[in-house]
Amino acid sequence: MSNAASIVAVVLVSLASLAVGAFGLRLSRTMSDFYVASRGVSPVLNASAISGEYLSAASFLGVAGLVLARGVDMLWLPVGWTAGYLLLLVFVAAPLRRSGAYTLPDFAQLRLESDLARRASSLLVVAIGLLYLIPQFQGAGLTLRTLTGAPSWVGQLAVAVVVSLNVLPGGMRSVTLVQAFHYWLKLLALLTPLSFLLGAFGRRSGGPDVGAVLVSDWVEPLRGDHALYLTYSLVLATFFGTMGLPHVVVRFYTNRDGRAARRATLAVLVLLSGFYLLPVAYGVIGRYVAVDLVAAGRADSVVLELPSRLFDGPLAEGLTALLAAGAFAAFLSTSTGLVVSVAGVVSQDLVRWGAGRRPGHRDGHRDGHRHGHRQGIRTFRRSTVVVVAVSLALTVASAGVPVAHAVELTFAVAASTFGPMLLLGIWWRGLTARGAIAGLVVGGGLSMGAVVSTTFGIATGGWFGVVMTQPAAVSVPLAFATMVLVSIATRGSTPEHVARTMVRLHAPEHIDLNRGSFHPERWDRPAAAAEGTVDATQHTAYAGTDATARRAPSTARRD
Amino acid sequence: MTLPDGPRARVRITSPRTSAARTRDVSIASEIDEQTRLGEVYISSLMRSQLRLALGVLLVLAATLGALPLLFRAVPGIADVDVLGVPLPWVLLTVVAFAEIIALGWFYVRRSERNEDDFSDLLEGR
Repeated sequence: MSNAASIVAVVLVSLASLAVGAFGLRLSRTMSDFYVASRGVSPVLNASAISGEYLSAASFLGVAGLVLARGVDMLWLPVGWTAGYLLLLVFVAAPLRRSGAYTLPDFAQLRLESDLARRASSLLVVAIGLLYLIPQFQGAGLTLRTLTGAPSWVGQLAVAVVVSLNVLPGGMRSVTLVQAFHYWLKLLALLTPLSFLLGAFGRRSGGPDVGAVLVSDWVEPLRGDHALYLTYSLVLATFFGTMGLPHVVVRFYTNRDGRAARRATLAVLVLLSGFYLLPVAYGVIGRYVAVDLVAAGRADSVVLELPSRLFDGPLAEGLTALLAAGAFAAFLSTSTGLVVSVAGVVSQDLVRWGAGRRPGHRDGHRDGHRHGHRQGIRTFRRSTVVVVAVSLALTVASAGVPVAHAVELTFAVAASTFGPMLLLGIWWRGLTARGAIAGLVVGGGLSMGAVVSTTFGIATGGWFGVVMTQPAAVSVPLAFATMVLVSIATRGSTPEHVARTMVRLHAPEHIDLNRGSFHPERWDRPAAAAEGTVDATQHTAYAGTDATARRAPSTARRD
Repeated sequence: MTLPDGPRARVRITSPRTSAARTRDVSIASEIDEQTRLGEVYISSLMRSQLRLALGVLLVLAATLGALPLLFRAVPGIADVDVLGVPLPWVLLTVVAFAEIIALGWFYVRRSERNEDDFSDLLEGR
C-alpha cells in the first residue's frame, strides 16, 4: 500500500512538531527550563502535554488491534491506563511536585538520603526508558513500512532525528508545547475519520461479517485460560505502574505547585477518558468489517486500514493520511518524553558518576552558577544524543525480537519498583534506604526476568509461564513486602531528616515552613554541610521562578 | 559552649499574664520548624487525613472497578444483558468506568484541598 498522502502527512507532522518546538525554544532560558520547563506551565497546557506524552502508539494503534483480536478483556488496558492516573493523583501527584525533585533518582535522594538508592533508581530509569523506547522506534518503522512501503529503518531514523531536533535546542520547555500539540492532533486524527466511519457504518448495518462479532469469547469477559489471574495482574500492573514510569513522573515537576499538579492530573483523567473511547470504537468497527486482519496477524494496523475498507478514492486516502499523522505523532511524543527523562537522569547522575566528578564538585560551585549551568546544558545535550543513538542501535539489534508485549511489561516493571518506592516513601516514615533498595532489586529482578523470558520465549507451559507473561500480581506484592520488612529490620537507619522531608512533601506551599535544603541541581553537596548552616532563613530551595520560597529567595536562586 | 564576643542575644522578658492574653506565643509553624513533638503531631494529622482520603478513593475503586472480574466470573450470563444494544460488560468497562474515574478524581481534588485549608487555618490560628 503506497500512499503519497500519508507520506506528506508524516512529513507535515514532523515539520509542525519542529516549528512548535522552535516557538517554545524562545521561552527556554535556564537549566531548570531544560529539565522541567521552569514549572511555569499552566494546568490545562500541562494536562494536554501529559496526555500527549502518555498516549503512545500502544494507545493509538495497539488498543484497537487488541480489542479487534481479543475482545472485551482488552478493555482493561485503556481503563487501567486511566485508573493508573487516578491512583497517581490521590497518592503521588501533590507530594511529588512538592518534593521539588526533577527525576525519580532525585526523589530517592531527597527521601532516602542515600547515594546508593539514587544510583539504583538511575539505573532502573534507564532500563525502563530503553525498554519503552525500543518498541516505539520499532513501531514507527513498521507503521511507515505499512503505509509507504519504505524499509523499517526509515521510520526509525525519522523518529530519532525529529526527537533529537526537538529535544536538543530547547529541552523540556519546547517539548511541553510539542506534546500538548500532539495530544490534540491525536484526538482529531482519530475523531474525524471516526465520524465518517460511523456514518458509513450506520448505512450498512447488519453487514456480512456480523457473525464474527457474536463469538462468545470475543464479546464475553474471562473466556481465555487463566483469565482471572491475567486480568487481575494486568489491573495491578496498570493501576500501580503509571506512577512509576519515568517519563510520566518527570512531567509533574512542571506544575506550579502541588494543587496545580492535582488539578492538571484531574484534567488528564478527562482527556484520557475522552481519548480512549475512540480506539475502542475502531476495534469494534474493525470486528464488523475487517476481522480478516486478525488471521493475517495484522490486527495492529486496523486503525490505519479501516478508511480504505469503507471508502475509496481521495476520501479514503485523506482519512488514512490523517490517521498516519496521528500515529506518527504518537511515536514522536512518547519517544520525546522518554528521551528527555532518560537523558536527564544520564546527565545528572551517570555522567557525573562515571567521570568521578564528585570530590571536586564543591570547588566548582564557587566559580558561580553560570559555569555549572552551561556545563549542565551541554551534558544534557550530549546525553540526549547518546540515549537516542543507543536506542536506535538496540532497535536495529532487536529487529527479529517481538517487542510489542514489552510496553505492557514495562508497566509491570514500574509497578514492582518505583510504584512501591513512591507510595511507601511518601506515606510511611519508616521506609529506609536499604528497604527501598531491597524492594527495587526484588521487584525489578522478578519483573525484568519476566520481560526477558517472555521476549525470548524461554518460559512456556504451566503456571510459571502464566506468571511470567503477566508478573505483576506476584511481583508487586513481593516488592511491597520486601520494602516494608527490610525497612523494619533496618529501622535504626531511618533517614536523618525524614521528619523535615515529610513537611516538605505534605504541607501546602503557601504556608511558610522549613522544608530542608535539598535541591536537585545541588544534590551531591553533602546534606549535612548544608543542614549545618540551617537557621530560620534557610527555607525551601525551589527553583528561582517559584513564588513559594518566600523567606529565602537568595538561597534558592540559580543566577 | 562558650559565647562569642560581642553583644549578647536579646531576650524578651514577658510575664505569664501578658502571654496569656495573646493567642499563642510560639506559633505552630515554628513548632513544626523546630521539629518538636507538637509540630510532629500537626504534620502527622495532615498526613493522616490525606492518606485516609486517598485510601478511601482506592477502596471505592477496588470495590467497584476492581471487583468487576469477580462479578464477571460469578455471573457468566452477564454479557447477555443489553444496554441500548451493547452488552453490559462493554458498557461497564468503557463509559461507566471512565465516568467513575473522573468522578472519584474530582471528589478527591475537592476534599484534599479542603484538608489543606483546614491545616493552614489551624496554623494561622483561625
